[in-house]
Amino acid sequence: MDIDVLVVATIARALAFATPLLWAALGEVIAERSGVVNLGVEGMMALGAVTGFAVAFTTGDVWWGLAAAGLAGMLGSLLHAFVAITLRADAYVSGLSLTMLGLGLSALIGRAWVGRPLPDPMRTIDVPWLRELPLLGPMLFQGQYVLTYAALLAAVVAWAMLFHTRGGLVLRSVGENPTAVDAAGLHVRPVRYAAVLIGGLLAGIGGGYLSLAYRPSWGEGMVNGLGWIALALAIFAMWHPLRVIVAGLLFGACFTLAFRLQTVFPPELLTMLPYVFTVLALVFTAWRRGRLAFGAPEALGRAYLRGER
Amino acid sequence: MIGALRRRRAARRWEPRADAPAWRVMLVTIAAVAVAALVVTWVFVAYGVAPGEAWATIVRRTLLEPRGLSETVRKAIPLLLAGIGLLLAFRARFWNIGAEGQILAGAIGATAVALFTELPGPLVVPAMFLAGMLAGAAWGAVPALLKARMGVNEIITTLMFNYIALYLVRWLINGPWKARSATGFSYSERFPAEAVLPTLGATRLHWPTLAIALVLVAVVALLLARSRFGFEVEVLGRSPEAARYAGIDAGRVTLLLAALAAGAAGLAGVGEVAGIHRRLVEPTQLSLGYGYAAILVALLARGKALAVVPAALFLGFVFAAGDVMRVSLRLPSQLPDVVTGLVLLLVVASEPLTRGRWVRRDPAEAATAPAAEAPVAPPAAATAGAPAGGAAHASPDGEG
Repeated sequence: MDIDVLVVATIARALAFATPLLWAALGEVIAERSGVVNLGVEGMMALGAVTGFAVAFTTGDVWWGLAAAGLAGMLGSLLHAFVAITLRADAYVSGLSLTMLGLGLSALIGRAWVGRPLPDPMRTIDVPWLRELPLLGPMLFQGQYVLTYAALLAAVVAWAMLFHTRGGLVLRSVGENPTAVDAAGLHVRPVRYAAVLIGGLLAGIGGGYLSLAYRPSWGEGMVNGLGWIALALAIFAMWHPLRVIVAGLLFGACFTLAFRLQTVFPPELLTMLPYVFTVLALVFTAWRRGRLAFGAPEALGRAYLRGER
Repeated sequence: MIGALRRRRAARRWEPRADAPAWRVMLVTIAAVAVAALVVTWVFVAYGVAPGEAWATIVRRTLLEPRGLSETVRKAIPLLLAGIGLLLAFRARFWNIGAEGQILAGAIGATAVALFTELPGPLVVPAMFLAGMLAGAAWGAVPALLKARMGVNEIITTLMFNYIALYLVRWLINGPWKARSATGFSYSERFPAEAVLPTLGATRLHWPTLAIALVLVAVVALLLARSRFGFEVEVLGRSPEAARYAGIDAGRVTLLLAALAAGAAGLAGVGEVAGIHRRLVEPTQLSLGYGYAAILVALLARGKALAVVPAALFLGFVFAAGDVMRVSLRLPSQLPDVVTGLVLLLVVASEPLTRGRWVRRDPAEAATAPAAEAPVAPPAAATAGAPAGGAAHASPDGEG
């Protein structure tokens, strides 16, 4: 295979592979920026995937399925928000239980649909005009899903909202110093609720992409750690929406390249690579963070109780 | 809705308690489990199974019949081992959720000894336990080292190591260690007789592993209560700041704890391959999610080593009940996972109830609300050794 063909195909596949990670990682960035860590991403993605598939299968319309997927992720995150924000229980364990519950529930709900292909899955699109471009056309603008472009757009919107609107400022402040926000007369908890729910919505959409577009089917191991990789991605991107794009594409490219080694390695070892790569990415982030002054949101993982320091 | 909550709160005040009384913790835990049982009852109804009869069948087949009881206990063995390890790790706020991978690593270690060494008969089983423990400990030590030296988030690394271990086992049984007779399903060669653990009568209760687990629980209980190491763990868990002032090397303690915890999970893996399967099998059959359920065991025990025994037995019951539901009641096999997740959620959600209580404000005090709302000490200090509570106020440091 020619080297340029290889590069083009790798980048095109990387985009498709990175899409669910982008959605979920973006959601987690928003939630964590408000100070609420949500380890339930894996569970919310599974819930989104199974609900989206079930609804698309019954109604015959993938877009209803996608809406249902987002809603399912949101409902999952509502559970987490209630336990972690209102009840002020441990956010880490609450998210973990959401993952366990989400994986169990989705497997239970999805029993009827295992092994059935979606009759009318999401179609890929070619972007008019841009598809004609040499090299860039086949790389970025042919045979991709709308959801891929939507994820990129969502990242830009999230960046604009977080860093260039008043609402975004409040959200970030709630994550850094909730006491100050409270003292300024603004409410901490509604902001956190909103951030967590948006996070759930995006994770659900990421799950929906898997079952409606990427695979068009449902199986128990569908999410298979992607939610956890998305969590790592949020850290790797240092909680910045635009860096999520870069990081996501880097992840996607590495995985796709790895899968091209299929002739050399046994498949089980190749499947292992995304997880190994995730660990390496976290190590790299930690090493780099030692040199730069980036950090997690100051109040990450801490429930807010007025009057408490 | 949130506004309404706020208004109601103005009349009451949250009063954290220095030490939650044991009866209160117990009551809250029992209530959480009871709510889960109610949900299960509702599931029975939803699936058209008579709930009374269903519960009777479950209790009979998991607790009353000797064979059923042996299944409950043997499923509690890996939960005991992994659970006591996690309890240790969680007390020092090392959020190891990699017990599943450490169980698999232990199984790999034991299989290597069973199939590829030429030891004299009586030495084989001890060597397998040793190898499994070391393999598990090594598997857990890598994330611990990364956390202690570089501040890499251990939640994600330990979880990634679960997947890595899973695919490693799959590679071994499909590649280098694949049995010659294996067609369709993949597995390793059968262990020789001297590498198989004895079981109690005709049951699958591999009692040597159970004995090791119980001894380990007792040792950990003693260690935590009576030793300098236990004191260091205690201080580190309550306040990393205080630990630093006290001259405790947090990195060393974390590493030691994480290795101990992972070693215990490794032992659980040895028990599963040597006691039940007698060969290395597909990873999802080898450990039925024991590593994840062990998290719940450790949290249910709320920092008390001896409480791991009833907690593990309870989850052993959940797993065994899952089998009964599937086989006798024809209910979906995914139910136990849902129940485990639900109990975990309820236990977490109810945890704040053990940390304090709502008290009615004096009318005079209420008049000055909400500015005077709860000028209180951080409940972090109020949680006696309960990892879930304390950690709400101190995130696992070094997010990444």
